[in-house]
Amino acid sequence: MANRAQIRTSSSALIAMIADEDTITGFLLAGVGNVDLRRKTNYLIVDSKTTVKQIEDAFKEFTTREDIAIVLISQYVANMIRFLVDSYNKPIPAILEIPSKDHPYDPAHDSVLSRVKYLFSTESVASGRR
Amino acid sequence: MSGQNQRLNVVPTVTMLGVMKARLVGATRGHALLKKKSDALTVQFRQILKKIVSTKESMGDIMKTSSFALTEAKYVAGENIKHIVQENVQSAALKVRSRQENVAGVKLPKFEYFIDGETKNDLTGLARGGQQIQACRAAYVKSIELLVELATLQTSFLTLDEAIKTTNRRVNALENVVKPRIENTITYIKGELDELEREDFFRLKKIQGYKRREVEKQREAAKAYAEEQLAEDIALKRVFPSLQLMTCYPTLHRKTRT
Repeated sequence: MANRAQIRTSSSALIAMIADEDTITGFLLAGVGNVDLRRKTNYLIVDSKTTVKQIEDAFKEFTTREDIAIVLISQYVANMIRFLVDSYNKPIPAILEIPSKDHPYDPAHDSVLSRVKYLFSTESVASGRR
Repeated sequence: MSGQNQRLNVVPTVTMLGVMKARLVGATRGHALLKKKSDALTVQFRQILKKIVSTKESMGDIMKTSSFALTEAKYVAGENIKHIVQENVQSAALKVRSRQENVAGVKLPKFEYFIDGETKNDLTGLARGGQQIQACRAAYVKSIELLVELATLQTSFLTLDEAIKTTNRRVNALENVVKPRIENTITYIKGELDELEREDFFRLKKIQGYKRREVEKQREAAKAYAEEQLAEDIALKRVFPSLQLMTCYPTLHRKTRT
C-alpha cells in the first residue's frame, strides 16, 4: 500500500523556534540556533513589536523548509496564529507548543490535544476542567 | 448512497459464478484482516495518547525549571548575556535525526537528537556567571531532549490517526458495499442459471410431448387404415368368395391368384 504522505527520513534536521526572547536565548545557549550563508535563521524572536503577519510568514516558512523537523512555538504566539496552527496537518515538521515564562502551559488550547478531546474522559488534562 | 444493493453487471454463466465466489472469499478474508489491523492500531494509538499526556505535563515543569535557570544566569552574568548569545549563533550543534519505524504495518517517524559539533557558547560567561550559564545550558539541553521525544510521540500520533481512519474506511467499504454487491451478483447468477435450466427442462418436456403425440397419431392412423382394409376385405369376400385377397396384408398373403 503506498504511503500517501511520505515521511522524510533525514540524518540531520534542525529545530525551529518561534518564541519570546528569553526562551529563545535559553535554547540558543543550548546550541539549537542556526544561521546559514544567506543569514536565514531557524528562529524568530517574538516581542511586543512583532506583527501577526511576520509570525505567520515565519511559521509558513519553517513548515515548508526541508531541513526543519521540529517547530517549537510558544503557546501565546500559537494563539495569535491559531487558525494556521490548527489547519496544519502534515506529520513533519512536528509542531510543539511550549509554555513561556508568563504563560504557563494550558492544555485546553493545544491544537493536537484539542483534536482528540473526545477521546478523553472529563477528568483528564485536555478538557481543562482540572 | 446510490442503489445500495446493486449487483455487478456480468454474464450469468457457470464460470462467472466461480469467479464471483472466489471474490467473495477474498473480500471476507480481507475484511477480517483489516479489522484486526484496525484493532492493533487503535491499541497503539491509545498507548501513545497516554504517553503524550504525561509527557506534556512533565514538559511544563521542565520548561519552568529551565526558565528559572536562565533568570539566575541573567542575574549573575548581566543583562548582556542575551546579545552575546544571539551574536554567537552560527551553525546548530543540536540537531535531530529522523528514522522510520514499522509498527503494525504503519511507518511511524522517530526523532532522536544528537550533538553535531561544538557550540561557540563554551566561552560565554567567562567573565562572570560561568557556572550559572553552564547550569542553564544543561537545563535547556535536558528540556530539548524531552521536547524531541514529545515531537516523536506527536508525529506518530498524527500518523496513526490517519492510518486508523483509512483502515476503518476500507473496512466499512468492504462490509457495506463490496460484499453485498458480490452476494447479490451471486444470487442473480444462480437465479439466471436456474431459470435457464428450467427453460431447458420445459423445452425438453414439450418436445417429448410432441414426439409422443406424433407417434400416437401415427399409430392411430395405421390402426384406422388396417381396420378399413379389413372391412373392405370382408365386404369383397362376401361378393367373391373364391377371390383370394391380396389387397391387404400384403406381407401375410403371398398366395397366387387361382
